Amino acid sequence: MSTDSSTSKETRNPAVDGTELIEFKDVTKRFGNNVVLDNLCFNVDSGKHVTLIGPSGSGKTTILRLLMTLVKPEEGTIKVAGDYLTHEQRDGKLVPASERHSREVRKNIGMVFQQFNLFPNMRVLRNITEAPVHVLGLPKDEAEQRARELLELVGLTEHIDKYPSQLSGGQQQRVAIARALAMRPQVLLLDEVTSALDPELVAGVLDVLRDIAHTTDITMLCVTHEMNFARDISDDVLMFDAGRVIESGSPEKIFSDPEHERTREFLSAVL
Amino acid sequence: MTDLTWGLWELLLKGVWVTVQLTFFSALLGAGVAFVVGVARTHRLRVVRVLSGAYMEIFRGTSALVLMFWMFFVLPVALGWQLLPMWSAVLALGLSYGAYGSEIVRGSLAAVAPAQQEAGIALSFSPWQRLTKIVLPQAWPEMIPPANNLLIELLKGTALVSIMGVADTAFGAMLVRNATGESAPVYTIILVMYFVLAFVLTRGMRVLERHAKAGIGQAPPEKSLGVRRRVNVPRQAEAPRDVPSAGGAS
Repeated sequence: MSTDSSTSKETRNPAVDGTELIEFKDVTKRFGNNVVLDNLCFNVDSGKHVTLIGPSGSGKTTILRLLMTLVKPEEGTIKVAGDYLTHEQRDGKLVPASERHSREVRKNIGMVFQQFNLFPNMRVLRNITEAPVHVLGLPKDEAEQRARELLELVGLTEHIDKYPSQLSGGQQQRVAIARALAMRPQVLLLDEVTSALDPELVAGVLDVLRDIAHTTDITMLCVTHEMNFARDISDDVLMFDAGRVIESGSPEKIFSDPEHERTREFLSAVL
Repeated sequence: MTDLTWGLWELLLKGVWVTVQLTFFSALLGAGVAFVVGVARTHRLRVVRVLSGAYMEIFRGTSALVLMFWMFFVLPVALGWQLLPMWSAVLALGLSYGAYGSEIVRGSLAAVAPAQQEAGIALSFSPWQRLTKIVLPQAWPEMIPPANNLLIELLKGTALVSIMGVADTAFGAMLVRNATGESAPVYTIILVMYFVLAFVLTRGMRVLERHAKAGIGQAPPEKSLGVRRRVNVPRQAEAPRDVPSAGGAS
C-alpha cells in the first residue's frame, strides 16, 4: 500500500519509460453536426510532456475531457496504460465500458482545470486527502503526510486549514495541482490552468508546474496559451486545427521553424 | 379573554402540543421523502427519474386534506386495519409536503456547478461519493431558506387535521369557542400561537443556515451585513445563480 495502490492491486501497468501510455486511435468526436475531433490518432509515450496548441475550437480541450471520460467519443478507441478507457473487452469483443471500468483506468490520470474546481465545502487539507483516502483506500495519516509534502511543493503549507474561498486564484490552482498529484497519477492533464488567473498570479503556478515537470517522471498533457511555458517543459508540441493534428515536433522546431502555414499564422497571432 | 378558565387554556395548550408533534413528525417524513425523491430525480437511470417524477406530480397535485381522508377512510378498506387519525394525518402531510420539498432538493442539487461533478470524476469518486461528499454538502445550505417556507406552510397545514377530530390547536379553539360562545378572543389567541410557533421555526432554520454556510467556508450572512467575505479572491468563478457563490471554486 505504500506505493501506488492502483498499480499494486492489479498489475496492469506495462508502462515503463518510453512505452505508449496514451493511445488515441481513429477517435472522432462530434457535438451535433460539429466535428470536433476528426479520426484523430496520436500516442504519448510514458514520461513525456506534450503540449497541445491551436486556435480555440480546434479540439484540444476535448482531448483532455475525453481522457477524463467527461465526454465520450463517437468513434475510435482510447487506451491508457494499455487498457481501453471507454471500452472494455468482454468475450473477446469491445463493448462500451462500465462506469466502474472507466473509473479504474481513470485512476491513472489526474486533471487540473481552468477554473480550479476545488471543493468549497472542504478545507485545503481535505480537498487533497479526500480522494486518496476514499478512492485509493490510503490510511488517513499517510494521505495527510502526502498532502503536507505536496503543499510544501506548491508552497502553501501555511494555508492547510483554510477554505478555498479564502485563497487567491493562484493559490487555489496550486492546491488543485497538489490535489491531482495526491492520487499519484501517471498522467497529469493540464487544461489551460492559468487562463482564469490574474496576470500577476500566473508565474507562481507555472513555476510549480515547471518544477514538477523537471523533477518527476510524470507524463503531462498540457493545453495552454503560455507559449514560453510550453517551450520550457515540452518534449513534443502538437498543433491542432479543425480536429486534426496538422503538425507535430519538438518545441524548437514548431516555435522557430514551423512547416505548416496554419501553424505560422497561429504562432504569429499568439506570440 | 377574561372568561377563559384554566381548563380551557389547558385545552388550547394541549392542542398546541399536538400541533407541534404533527409538524415534527410530518416534517421528518417529508424531509426523508424530499431527499429520496429529489435525489432520485437526478439519477442517471431514466426509469428512476420517471418514477420519482411521477411521485412528485401525483402528490403535489392532490389535496392534502383529501389525501388525509383517503388515508383514514379508504386505506383501512384496502389494508384491513385502521390508522389513528393522527398518523394518517402525518402520512398525508409528510407525503405531500415531501413532494414539494423534493423540488427544493432537486433544484439545489442542479444549482451546484457541473464543474464540481467533473472535479469529482477526475478524482475517480464513485457517483454516490460525488453526491454525498461534493454535491449534497454544497446544495444543502441553499435548501434551507425555501425549506423554511415549506415548513411554515406545513405548520399551518396541520390545522386541517381538526376536521378529522384530531385535538390540535385549531380543534381546541373550536371547543373553547363552543364553551364560551365567543369567537374573537380564542381565535385571536391561536392566531398568535401559530405565529409564535412559526417564528420559533424560522429562527431555528436561520441558525441552521448560518451553520451550514460556515461549513462550506462561507461567512455567516448576519455578521458580514450581506457582503460576502471575499478575501483575496481576485476573480470568482462564475456563480451557478444569483446567490453568492460558494467561494472561488465553482
